[in-house]
Formats: sequence, structure tokens, C-alpha cells
Amino acid sequence: MHVPVLKQGDYLIASVQAALTDADLLQLRDDLADRVGQFRSRGVIIDVTVLDVIDSFATRTLRAVAHMLKLRGAETVIVGIQPDVAFAMVQLGLTLEGVGTALDLEEGLAYLDRLAKRNRNHGTRSTN
Amino acid sequence: MEREARIDITSATDIVTARQKGRGLAIELGFEGSDLTVIATAISEIARNIIEHAERGQIVLAPVHQGSRRGLAIVAQDQGPGIPDVGQAMQYGFSSRKGLGVGLPGAKWLMDEFDIETKVGKGTVVTMKKWLH
Amino acid sequence: MGRLPTSGFQKSLYIGCTARSHERPDNYAVTSRRRRRTNAHITLNVYSQVKRTKKRNSIVPLGTTLHRNRRRDRNSSGNSETGSVMLRELVAHLRENRTQLREEWARRITAGALLTAMSKEEIFSETTSVYDNYIEVLETGSVEALQAYARSLSERIIPRGVETHEVVGIVLLLRDVLGRSLFKKYQNDVDLMNRVLDAYEPAANRVANTVAVSFVQERERVIRQQQEAIRELSTPVLQVRERLLILPIIGMIDSQRARQLTEQLLRGIRKNRAKVVVVDITGVPTIDSVVANHLVQTVEASRLMGASVIITGLSSEIAQTLVTIGVNLSKMNAVGDLQGGIEEAERLLGLPSELAKVATQETKA
Repeated sequence: MHVPVLKQGDYLIASVQAALTDADLLQLRDDLADRVGQFRSRGVIIDVTVLDVIDSFATRTLRAVAHMLKLRGAETVIVGIQPDVAFAMVQLGLTLEGVGTALDLEEGLAYLDRLAKRNRNHGTRSTN
Repeated sequence: MEREARIDITSATDIVTARQKGRGLAIELGFEGSDLTVIATAISEIARNIIEHAERGQIVLAPVHQGSRRGLAIVAQDQGPGIPDVGQAMQYGFSSRKGLGVGLPGAKWLMDEFDIETKVGKGTVVTMKKWLH
Repeated sequence: MGRLPTSGFQKSLYIGCTARSHERPDNYAVTSRRRRRTNAHITLNVYSQVKRTKKRNSIVPLGTTLHRNRRRDRNSSGNSETGSVMLRELVAHLRENRTQLREEWARRITAGALLTAMSKEEIFSETTSVYDNYIEVLETGSVEALQAYARSLSERIIPRGVETHEVVGIVLLLRDVLGRSLFKKYQNDVDLMNRVLDAYEPAANRVANTVAVSFVQERERVIRQQQEAIRELSTPVLQVRERLLILPIIGMIDSQRARQLTEQLLRGIRKNRAKVVVVDITGVPTIDSVVANHLVQTVEASRLMGASVIITGLSSEIAQTLVTIGVNLSKMNAVGDLQGGIEEAERLLGLPSELAKVATQETKA
């Protein structure tokens, strides 16, 4: 199922609508790569509120997406991981280390704003 | 109302089908909340395991009873290459949890019972159970 | 002595086998009364005690993966002709003397000071049901109806405070009452009496077993439910400030409780939109590595939901356990005590610390 990506100022918001197949995840990865390049976005929010399962493949892919987007100058934050899903993920030992997480869209935007402010204060865009 | 479900696993899209069916059956059995997610995730991992190692296989979901306990059994079978060293494949210490490609050990961690029978060159059968508490 | 009937009676006494291949006996017979039809002619079934469904499934050794289903006769291996004739006699005798035997039984129940929680009318009603179920087991060879009744009986009487020994007691009393009546009837023909007892014994045992087990299982279920309720009551997730949750944990935690705590906390984070959680384990004496793992998982899962966790009250013993299982304590935000934890939380939230203000005022005074 295709994931719609919206532009909101400096940020992109990708809202997952339904269960994602492997192909969907890879498609999302490519879409985001394109758009970040196209709009020079500083931040990307991936909203996974709707997902009832985040397995090892999804975790791997999300981390890969975040890593790739960082190389293109954008920070990624995953929002909306549900309590049950978080629970199952940690039991499997799946972590989103290196990727920002926030409760929901609102928090996600606040997170990106904080990061942007910090980066501005340091005078450079984060590239590590 | 409760019935067995069997899903052929031949491609990645079947992974989603398998776990959705698993979730449905689990709901019928009376599972709730995080148990549903745990079951669906375990099915996802195990189905993925089939695709990655055996290319094709089957998942059977069935209600089970033990005394007054009720639960769900998940059997994943394939005619793949088998696992030469099960002990090693199932290694799962806290510090070795890197969270990537957890497959079998991860599924074992999630479920209440876990049994694996495998023969090199013949295939693998993984049986997992989750009980209603 | 007559031959004991070797019907499916005995086999069905093996309740509750799990399909673990290394635990099952090799020569486990495959018996079935009714079979669940599926589309494929290969089915995977797991042996189960008959419970709420009128099916009995066949056992399938995992190692050989799957078997074709084989249909077997209802009265399979060796119900001797004598056995079934005897049973019919038995059933007839029990029916004929129903009123008298049942009253005798009820009398002995009262004399033995059993079922004191129940009224005379209730005892009358229940003994009638048990008696009739008893006959049905003898007649049909199936304990399904008895099991259903025993479960429902247990559900009724457990809240009334009826104890296990009472339930076992009354069933054994019935056994005795019926046994004695058989002695009396057949005392002039020892051979016949032996044959009748051969038919009676296994059935009587089966009934006693079924009723007792059903009762105990129901009790265990109730106890589990109560434990669950207690657990839930004893682990409140408190919202003290906006976006700040406190989870004080008191007492020993086992794996199940830890799991429940985590679930409650995570739901609390979503509900209260918490950004910081203070988990206070001052009241926890020790934890084992399993629970330590749960604790770490709780921290990680909270992070996935965008909340940071502060652990307070971490004793050196527990810290040691965590280190032993490979936890990097420096990654964990641990503060000495609850007060300190709340202050730290407020700092993280960018709030002026209320507690710090109060503390300063107190020291001034």
C-alpha cells in the first residue's frame, strides 16, 4: 500500500495507512530519498500509528531509511509506535537506535524543531 | 468458530497474510492486547524465516487445549535446507541482541512454548504455542 | 475375576498432553470419536481433553510431521460383551433405586458436615444432577456432559466457599453409597458381584477424577484471576505533572508482573502523553535476571514511544544484577532516590522544580 508523503515547510511527513509489505517499505525508502533531495527537507516524520506489527525487517528498513536520509541532510523521527508494538519490539530485541522517536505527530514536529535549533546554534548542519 | 488456518508462504506478501490470520484467530480464542501483537510479530518473524531460508513453506495456525488452558499453536514448516546447528541458530543472550534478523530466537522469546525439528536436506518444522493467561 | 474392559475409558484419563515430540510416549494410540473435517486430507491436530467442544483430536508426533487421519470405531479396542452387559445392569440398578440411593447420599453428606455452605434445597438439587450425570457416564461412556456439569457446578460453589475436600468428599461418598448398594444386591452371587464391580470400578474412578479435577481447575482459574486483579491494583501509574509519570514498584516482581507493569506503563505513556517516566524501585528488594531484562525492556519500549525513563531507588544489589546481564548502566538514567528522580524529570521537561523550591524553603526555616 502506497504511503503518502506530504511536505510541511522544511519537513516531510509520511503517514502509513495500512499494513506494509516488504515492497511497500522499500518503495517508501525510495520515495523519501527522492523527495528529500527534491525539497532539501531538513526533517522527515514517519508516522506508524496504524501499524500493528513492526518486525525485524521493518525495523532494519526504518533504520536504513534514517541513515540514508541523514546522509542527505535530513533527520528522521518515527512517531506513533503503539504500546503493544513497542512491547513486542523490545522483546525481540529490536531497537531503533540512531533513529529519533516521538509519541505522535505533534511531538515529532517539536523534536525536529529542537534538533533544527540545536543545529543552527552549532552553526553547521549535522552530518555525522 | 475456532478453526485451523493454513497459509502457503511463497512470497513476502504472504507474511502479512499469515500474521493477519494469526491475529484474527487469536482474537477469536480470546487473546487481547499485547498478546495479539506478540503473536502477530512472532508469525511475521517465522514466516520471514521461511522465505529467507527455504523460499517456500507453510504455516498452520490451530487452537490448542491443555487441561483448562486454551491457546494458539503456530506451526511453520518447510522443505528447505534444514538447520545444521540448531543450538547456534537459537543463541540469544541479552548482550547478543542486536535487533537485526532475529528470526527464530526472537520468535522463541515471544512465545510460551517453542519446539524445532530440523533435518539437513529435509526441512524444518517449528512449533510455537502461546497460552491464554 | 472378570476381565476389565479396556475401552477408551482409560486412555481418556490422560489429560493434558502437549505436543512436544520429546515428551510423548512412542506408542501413543490414536483414538478419535469425532473428527474435525478440513479441506485438506492432512490435518495437524493436537491431543486435547474434551473441553467446551465436542471433539477429541488425534495425536500427531511432530517428528514425522503429519499423518493422515484414520477413522476408528466408536467402541474400538475390546469392550468385552460381559462388560457392557454388566454396565447395563448397573445402570438399571442405579435407575431403579435412584430416589433411595440419592437420599442416602444426601444424608451422609449432611452427616459428614460437608457442603455446609449450601442449603438443603441446593444440596438436593445438586446431588440429583450429579447422580444423573453419574448414570449418564456409565451409560454412554462419555464424560463430556459430566465435565460440563462439573465446571458449571464449580463456578457456582466456589464463590460460596466450598472447599476441595468437600467436593472430593461427596463424590467419594456417592461412590461408597453405590458400592454398598451393589454389595447388598449381589451378595448371594460372588461371581456376579465381581463382574459388576469390574464394570463399576473404572467408571466410578473416572467420575471421581473428572469431578475433582474440574473443580480444582476452576479454583485455579479463579485464583489466577484474583492474582491478576491484585497485581493491577498494586501497580498504579501515577500522573503527578503534565507529561510526567511515576511508576512506584513495591514488592517482589515476577516475570508476569513485570510484563504487566510494562504494558500498563506503555499505555499510560500514550494516554498521558508522557515525556518522562520515573520508575521507582526503592521498594523492590531483589530482582532476578529475567526481571532485570524486563526492566531494561521497559526503558527501551518507553523510548520507542518517545518517553525517557529515570530509574530511582536502584540498590547496589540490583545494579549488580543489571551489570551481570550485560546492561550498560551508563546508558540508563539512574538517580538515587524518588525525589531526586522527580527533580531530574522536571529538569528534563524544562520545568522549574517544585520540590527544589520546597526543599530550599525547609532548609531556610
